[in-house]
Amino acid sequence: MIQVQNLVKTFGPKRAVNGVTFSVEKGEVLGFLGPNGAGKSTTMRMITGFIPPTDGTVKVGGYDIQQSPIEAKKLIGYLPENAPAYNDMTVLSFLNFAAEIRGLRGEERKRAVNRVVEMCFLETVLYQSIDTLSKGFRHRTCFAQSIIHDPPVLVLDEPTDGLDPNQKHEVRGLIRRMGQNKAIVFSTHILEEVEAACTRAIIIDRGQIVANGTPEELKRKADGAGAVLLKLRGVFANAATPKLSALPTARKVNVVREENDLLVLRIYPREGLKDGELARSVAESAWQEKWVVEDLHTEEGRLDEVFRSITMPDTKVNA
Amino acid sequence: MNAWHNIRAVAKRQLGSYFNSPVAYVFIVIFLLLAGFFTFMVGQFFERNRASLESFFMWHPWLYLFLVPAAGMGLWAEERRLGTMELLLTMPITSWQAIVGKFLAAWAFLALALLLTFPVVITVNYLGSPDNGVIFCGYVGSFLLAGAYLAISSMTSAITRSQVVSFIIAIVICLFLILAGWPPVTNLLNSWNLPPALVDTVAGMSVMPHFEGFQRGVLDVRDLVYFLSVMGFALFTTGVIIRSLRSGH
Repeated sequence: MIQVQNLVKTFGPKRAVNGVTFSVEKGEVLGFLGPNGAGKSTTMRMITGFIPPTDGTVKVGGYDIQQSPIEAKKLIGYLPENAPAYNDMTVLSFLNFAAEIRGLRGEERKRAVNRVVEMCFLETVLYQSIDTLSKGFRHRTCFAQSIIHDPPVLVLDEPTDGLDPNQKHEVRGLIRRMGQNKAIVFSTHILEEVEAACTRAIIIDRGQIVANGTPEELKRKADGAGAVLLKLRGVFANAATPKLSALPTARKVNVVREENDLLVLRIYPREGLKDGELARSVAESAWQEKWVVEDLHTEEGRLDEVFRSITMPDTKVNA
Repeated sequence: MNAWHNIRAVAKRQLGSYFNSPVAYVFIVIFLLLAGFFTFMVGQFFERNRASLESFFMWHPWLYLFLVPAAGMGLWAEERRLGTMELLLTMPITSWQAIVGKFLAAWAFLALALLLTFPVVITVNYLGSPDNGVIFCGYVGSFLLAGAYLAISSMTSAITRSQVVSFIIAIVICLFLILAGWPPVTNLLNSWNLPPALVDTVAGMSVMPHFEGFQRGVLDVRDLVYFLSVMGFALFTTGVIIRSLRSGH
């Protein structure tokens, strides 16, 4: 549905977006990650046709956003950053306006408005003017506007920004559900959101894509991915560490914590092991040594670690 | 007819936004008060003892000089400040549809304010027997003048996020259009030894001769073309400014 080819945008001497290429198909939810100022919003503005790219092309549903903007824009629902809305209008008249401009009329318009009011829980504020709304309601109003014509493509710029945890959960659920039959791109800098809602994630930094994959694939890139955490009681570090280091599956053993009689170790795997292989061998040797094991599990690797190591390579933290 | 549908939707929203806030009512009241004051007090309507609305229309260029930029200053500046411009221009409409829709809404609003001066027509008809054709012509001229000023305000509104800046620049441009053909200004330009063709061009830009034509009851195509081309030019420039905003900033 969305094809972005080698997109470039320069503002004066600054290259805000520098050769971004990706595509999103129906049924995909693409998370767009990156530090502030990485070019996320600029990319989204080019996809939705608000600003023309310096170079490269965007195609939405086969229509080039530069050549046939109207046809392309009809397919897109867009929630801009900070959820702008006409302050002097009521929620209802704002949604009616959005529906009208999307070409919905009469009964059809009424039905569309009712549908999004229900989806975004706006019943209680329908006749309130937008400038009196709380941030959460304001955000949902603008979100409602973006889905009023049930578009096959959704572009959401920080859709959960400024919402409380319950509302965040709600919106993520909504995105995931809608993602089953739409192509969705949304930007965020909350990493748990990517795991909760995305089928794929792109990390962008200084205008360039630095990682692209499913959340699981990205997590595997983390330093600590696949490491085994072992919690022992009544064992000394200088007794356990050499034993575990000698395992053919282990690359390195770190003492995470040692206090009183509690010892926490992290054992890193060698390359090319199967899932669970390291954990099994650690368990076997613990059993042989008759250690008292309080906890033993394989760590998944954390997205924020990946994110940090990719976007801030100079300050790489060794776990 | 999709274009008209879009223009209407934009215009309807814009018109609604005038009347959703007290601004519209304040504007209309001030306009009517000032129009009345200038007609009867300053223009000495009664003392003239003539059944015409000359003293009513003669003040319009000056009245509009301040009031029309006030009505038009928010057209784009407010959209930019609120960020709704991004919303509006990513909807499936062209930017000229948005520009024309907003302009027509504001123009209709000014037309409403102008129509509410109808008591003065009744008054003059009650007191004497004026030439109502001339009065009608006067209204047409006044309406076109308001449109020309408004298109200029739309243009200055697109330049900036600040309504105040837009207001001031619009006043300066409109004032220039009023004064351009005024003899003291022409004499000043002549004294700088500018080529006469240039001086004539500047003088030719003035709104006053075109406006006065209507007040004499003459519907001249040239005057009509003048006002329409000012509007066309200013709205076109609005489009250019918005386009460059989107690609530049």
